[in-house]
Amino acid sequence: MSIETFIQAFIGGCLIGLSAFLLLLFNGRIAGISGITFTALSTSGAANHWRWYFIAGLIMGPIVAQPFGFTLPDSIVGAFNASDTILENILVMLLGGILVGFGTQLGSGCTSGHGICGISRLSFRSILATCLFMLSGFATVALIKHGLGGI
Amino acid sequence: MMGEISDKKQVVAPPTVEANNTKLNFMALFTGILLSVGLTVSTMVDPARVIGFLDILGAWDPALVFVMLGAIIVYMPLYWLLIPRKRKPLLGSEFHLPSKVKVDRFLVIGAVTFGIGWGVTGICPGPAIANISKGNFFIFIFILSMVVGMLVASKVNSSIMCSGKSI
Repeated sequence: MSIETFIQAFIGGCLIGLSAFLLLLFNGRIAGISGITFTALSTSGAANHWRWYFIAGLIMGPIVAQPFGFTLPDSIVGAFNASDTILENILVMLLGGILVGFGTQLGSGCTSGHGICGISRLSFRSILATCLFMLSGFATVALIKHGLGGI
Repeated sequence: MMGEISDKKQVVAPPTVEANNTKLNFMALFTGILLSVGLTVSTMVDPARVIGFLDILGAWDPALVFVMLGAIIVYMPLYWLLIPRKRKPLLGSEFHLPSKVKVDRFLVIGAVTFGIGWGVTGICPGPAIANISKGNFFIFIFILSMVVGMLVASKVNSSIMCSGKSI
């Protein structure tokens, strides 16, 4: 871990904040990715099109960043990666995906909507939600990596 | 002549559709790309990195603290300087800001559940979508089950709302 890693993380974060702000300034929308995704899928009509354009942009981002040497990871493995087989990883992704989808929809937001836009607007709901998902994320990884004998 | 005008009126889009859709769509595409470039540059797209950040009892990787810090340092001052004075956004017709202010059990249960899923996989919705172009099989499993989870939650939500139970 080097100082370059931190600077890179910080600059990437600034770009995320800038894009989320521009979406609010120009379109009047919160850059909450879970909400945008769900609404894109569950409603139709011209008023919904911007959501699909935003999602298309999210997919294109890494392609734009690639010539500059920033790439997507080669492997997608969860916190149980000590003994990963393909079947186990499928189960981890199934379970994790359902929890993430259920949780973000019920809790009306994820790391972008609550964690960036909500905290910046000093929304108490978002500050609390961010603290809660950080804490339960910490606890989950602690349990998997250190509490369950490292399965 | 008169007939033509009334015919044109029939064709006009309903008022719910924003007049300058093309510009809104273009801006959404642009901000989507920029956000996703940010996710890639910051390495937030890498689940191993996220799990390293969540692993406070292990070899904790604090890099992602700087992602959130960077994002808030930019968003917060720009928001407070510019948005409260504006009646409407530059392209859209109104600001769509969340109206809920009260903390309810949905928020608490939802956030805790999301945190567990995030810890298990190291993936949250933005990085999941950003990873699509690589075509990794596991990302598609994650996204499909995420959508299923969202559908279940919205059913739960609407059935509780309809039954009129207080929270």
